Amino acid sequence: MRGNGNAAGMAGAGAAGGWGSRYRAWEVGAQALFALLLVLAGGLLYANLVRSLRALGLTLQFEFLSHPAGFGIAEGPAYQPGDSYARAFWVGVVNTVRVAAWGIVGATVLGTVVGVARLSSNRLVARLAVLYVESVRNVPLLLQLLFWYTAVFLNLPPVREARAWLGAIYFTQRGVYLPALRWTQAGPALEVPQLVGFNFQGGIRLSPEFAALLLGLTVYTGAFIAEVVRGAVQSVPRGQWEAAQALGLTYGQTLRKVILPQALRIIVPPLISQYLNLTKNSSLAIAVGYPDLFNVGHTILNQTGQSVPVFVLIMASYLAMSLFVSALLNLYNRRIRLVER
Amino acid sequence: MATVPVAAGPPQLSTRDRWAQWARSLVVPWYNALLTACCLAVLLPGGWAVGVWAVRWARWDVVGANLRLFAVGTYPPAQAWRPLVALVLSVALAAFTGWALRRRQRRALWVAVALWLAWPAAVLGLVAPVRTSLWGGLLVTVLLSAGGIVLSFPLGVLLALGRRSRLGLVRVVCTAYIELVRGVPLVSVLFMAQLLLPLFVPGMRPDKLLRALVGITAFTAAYIAENVRGGLQGVPLGQYEAAYALGLSPAQALALVVLPQALRAVLPSIAGQFISLLKDTSLVAIMGILDLLGVARSVLAHPRWLGRQAEVYLFVGAVYWLLTYSLSRASRRLERPELHGRVE
Repeated sequence: MRGNGNAAGMAGAGAAGGWGSRYRAWEVGAQALFALLLVLAGGLLYANLVRSLRALGLTLQFEFLSHPAGFGIAEGPAYQPGDSYARAFWVGVVNTVRVAAWGIVGATVLGTVVGVARLSSNRLVARLAVLYVESVRNVPLLLQLLFWYTAVFLNLPPVREARAWLGAIYFTQRGVYLPALRWTQAGPALEVPQLVGFNFQGGIRLSPEFAALLLGLTVYTGAFIAEVVRGAVQSVPRGQWEAAQALGLTYGQTLRKVILPQALRIIVPPLISQYLNLTKNSSLAIAVGYPDLFNVGHTILNQTGQSVPVFVLIMASYLAMSLFVSALLNLYNRRIRLVER
Repeated sequence: MATVPVAAGPPQLSTRDRWAQWARSLVVPWYNALLTACCLAVLLPGGWAVGVWAVRWARWDVVGANLRLFAVGTYPPAQAWRPLVALVLSVALAAFTGWALRRRQRRALWVAVALWLAWPAAVLGLVAPVRTSLWGGLLVTVLLSAGGIVLSFPLGVLLALGRRSRLGLVRVVCTAYIELVRGVPLVSVLFMAQLLLPLFVPGMRPDKLLRALVGITAFTAAYIAENVRGGLQGVPLGQYEAAYALGLSPAQALALVVLPQALRAVLPSIAGQFISLLKDTSLVAIMGILDLLGVARSVLAHPRWLGRQAEVYLFVGAVYWLLTYSLSRASRRLERPELHGRVE
């Protein structure tokens, strides 16, 4: 990352950077002064923090995590209000991963389709793609989430009046009901939700909160991914198109076998940062009441007042996820990278 | 001798031909006709339904009745001239800067820079006599994003320089800060600023809006630092060497040779940062601050305007869209090469 030349340029002509080289006297002094200031500022802030916490009757400990949480969480893995705070937080982490993973899948598909549509020779399709990208990118995500949640998903018809879409999908006030693929003894079978009494049974239910958050994240990030895809496809030289066509490949074949494999290399790094953005943006779940890790953490914080440990937990979780996603994609990037000799 | 302008690029088509080409692209080849049919099959009924809703069913009076709230919140009407004057001054200053840049008036440009430096203080002096708890709407959105970018810019430059410093400790601390902040969501930084800041400075109770500004600044500085770092990396090593050969000290070389080139190169990405900050300031609404989105939420909480979510959110979305879209159009002009030459 850090080129040798950069460091050398900063410090003086010809000096090699890095830890290995010897420091000059003033550099040692400067670092000592910096360390001193850092320790002083940190110590002052820490002392202030401890003093404020003591005034509130709190200490800096994680021991409270084993206490019973006492609040309910609407969805996620098995959890009872009697379970510990640690368990509640874990439920939040799983919920974040769930919405982020589906969001990444959805946004990738949507973004790729729209990105290619922007380059379509059909001007109507290209215009529509531009309209979508420009209108979605320029409006805050939080606003879009609130719109989807309060103006769309909470205004859907009540369960008993819901209409079937494609015969098996129901959009209702209580959420979206989808058919589920289940393994039975006779092989895989499609389980269609059925209205029994006052509610649906069978199939999969997406809560309005989850559905709104997922849709909002998908639509928003999809617009950014579309731009990434378009830029990458456009960056493949024209000659590649012409050569493929001269070889007699069709448009689809050209795209699939010549252009996309080359574009993919350019796509991956900005795509990583879009995936990370989506994961971080899922913290806006707090605005629509989906129990993701930030929302659950906030509830724990409100109940216990342990603001510092809870924030440490929240930050550590997001950092861990960021590192995991970027490590995964960097690995993939290394595999598809152009190998030159 | 009269010179004949030589047409560059493809031959100019008449308007009629362009339309014909447009129409042709909808049906030729066959799969384009299919695509057009699919689009229209979705678009026409959908567009019709939305149109009917917007004209027949939507009750837009909620927008007109609350226009003042959306603009300045509960800012007292008798004092409304304050933000108005600030707005007029800002627009005038922007126009002046644009003129100086276009005409390459070096002296006027220096005046503009000086005025921009004095601008935050002037705006604050104009608006501040009213309690911040009364501020709201677009006023808060604009002040938070402008204040955020102005404050985070110097911090970001320092962090970027620190990240490239030869001093190991400085480099490690700056890198850790940048990566930590970029790895967590803005909401968490904002909540930390709201909840933890008062714990770190006992005895003081910083203003809610100020705490939000601190959070925004701390967050944006990390992103600006990465932009500036990119600009610094783009300055060729020969520039440093030439500066040293002229006898400049490292600090002089940095301030007089390297930074001016680096900062000019990152101007468009800083503008992009400002635009995304304008959108991101909406997150302060979760903290109960009445920015544009916060005002929208509080209007919707009023019993009189129950059930008007679609109308209010569409209106507020349109305001955000207008702001960010026009800003991004304007910032694209920053990338034009003629602004990057020397200003005489």
